[in-house]
Amino acid sequence: MKKYWHVINVGIQNNLTYRFNFLARTLFGFIPLVAILYLWRTIYSGKGQGSEIGTYTLSQMISYYLVVTIVDALTAVNEDDWQIAADIKDGNISQFLLKPIDYLAYRLCLFLSGRITYLAVAVIPLALFILSLRQYLVLPSDGLTMGLFLISILLTALLQFFVSYAMAMLAFWVLEVSTFIFILFAFEYIASGHMFPLDILPRGLAQALFFTPFPYQLYFPVSIYVGKVSGADLTRGLLVQAGWVAASYALARLMWQRGIKKYSAVGG
Amino acid sequence: MNHSNKSNRSSASAWRYLRIYAALWKNSVSREMSFKANFLLWIVVELLWFGLQLGFVGVLYLHTDHIGTWTKWQVVMLIGASHLIQQIFQAFFLLNCTNLSELVRTGKLDFLLLLPVNTRFVVSLRQVDLGAFFNSLSALAIMIYAAWQMRLVPTVLQVAGFFILCLAGVFIHYSLMFLLASISFWTVRAQGIVWGYYNLFQIARMPDEAFQNGLFKAFFTFAIPMLLVSNVPVRLLVNKFSPRYLLLLLAMSVVCFVISEFGWRASVRRYTSASS
Repeated sequence: MKKYWHVINVGIQNNLTYRFNFLARTLFGFIPLVAILYLWRTIYSGKGQGSEIGTYTLSQMISYYLVVTIVDALTAVNEDDWQIAADIKDGNISQFLLKPIDYLAYRLCLFLSGRITYLAVAVIPLALFILSLRQYLVLPSDGLTMGLFLISILLTALLQFFVSYAMAMLAFWVLEVSTFIFILFAFEYIASGHMFPLDILPRGLAQALFFTPFPYQLYFPVSIYVGKVSGADLTRGLLVQAGWVAASYALARLMWQRGIKKYSAVGG
Repeated sequence: MNHSNKSNRSSASAWRYLRIYAALWKNSVSREMSFKANFLLWIVVELLWFGLQLGFVGVLYLHTDHIGTWTKWQVVMLIGASHLIQQIFQAFFLLNCTNLSELVRTGKLDFLLLLPVNTRFVVSLRQVDLGAFFNSLSALAIMIYAAWQMRLVPTVLQVAGFFILCLAGVFIHYSLMFLLASISFWTVRAQGIVWGYYNLFQIARMPDEAFQNGLFKAFFTFAIPMLLVSNVPVRLLVNKFSPRYLLLLLAMSVVCFVISEFGWRASVRRYTSASS
């Protein structure tokens, strides 16, 4: 176990080198967020006082985007998928076949240290931003909801990581994985609720989306927080989310095994 | 006599630059064609993200029928124009801007500085992104479809004006991005810069009336004119036009270019002194 602590430690130090990059990313990220909040405000004011879109009032809509920003900061895969693909392409993984260290666990540690560093850098601007809009952000109704929200965030982070990891494994078979990563990212961006809350979609479409893993990559924990899901639906949702985590983990392992077979065969 | 000599020389040098640029094109074509599958996949990626933006408009207009005075098909037109401008910018400049930090990091810039041509010219235009031309066609197709939906038939003058204003927009994007890329002389990593650029583009796609008057709108109109680059050309097409903003867009494209030239010269000076 100690060696993995070491990995996290080194990962944090490595990431700290790029703290300026993280900070720039956080600050630039506020620009489209502010823009979209303005856009919604204009749409609401065009519809008249106290109007609702889907089941959202204006302040609930703003609250939705704030929670999305928080969950995203806690769980988003940063450059892990690119780095994994580069490791495979450049042959860096050879050393992991010899060392008593598991590559997936190693990458998971680096993902964790990446999130820790990102938060350390982003926490101040993020907190200031949220404070300036604090009248829109209410805490969940009770401690239990808060606890389930945190569990769901953890599952989201794992799901994000395993999906990216499995995707990066494509580097064993194709020369350039970035196109595939961007295609997946496009689906994640719209179908995970990044652009808008999924329940303002036509009912059938929203329900169809819930057969994919995408809503569980972001929308689900957010909807717990803002109180759009509760009771039996919430429990069922958490179970489905855990199921997707298990499935993506299995896929990640399977892709690695298949890939390594091919890798050894070629690399000799 | 002296005068004609001078104009002869400048036309000769323009001819020389044109020939250099043709050679750069040939180079890019052969490079892209050696990875055909990848070339096609990038077109798919861009189409997908374009579709996603249109999808978002579709979702918004399920719940409202106007944003300010902008109707659905006018916003579709705006997204199309914004995509067109972005893709033309991408075709000529984007790769080169993002590569600048790599040139600095590896020291390859030394070699380009030694060439007997204007360095900014080679650095800015070295590589052409051919896929982006295909993507601008998809943007045009969406715009024509939106016009047909609105039963909008613009005059020849409007269309010509539209394209000129689009060019001004491309120029603004290029100048700002080049200025951002010049920062890599100070801090070496470029990813943050590319990321920042994509965030700015998201604003260029939005109808200007979505923003109430205030600091945000003023900043992205007068300081970083993102709310002008695609809004002004589309306003000309859909008859929402005001001459004040037209002049502002044209003026801003000149101002941005001049500022980026100053930034570039300051950066190069720093580079030379750092490596010697």
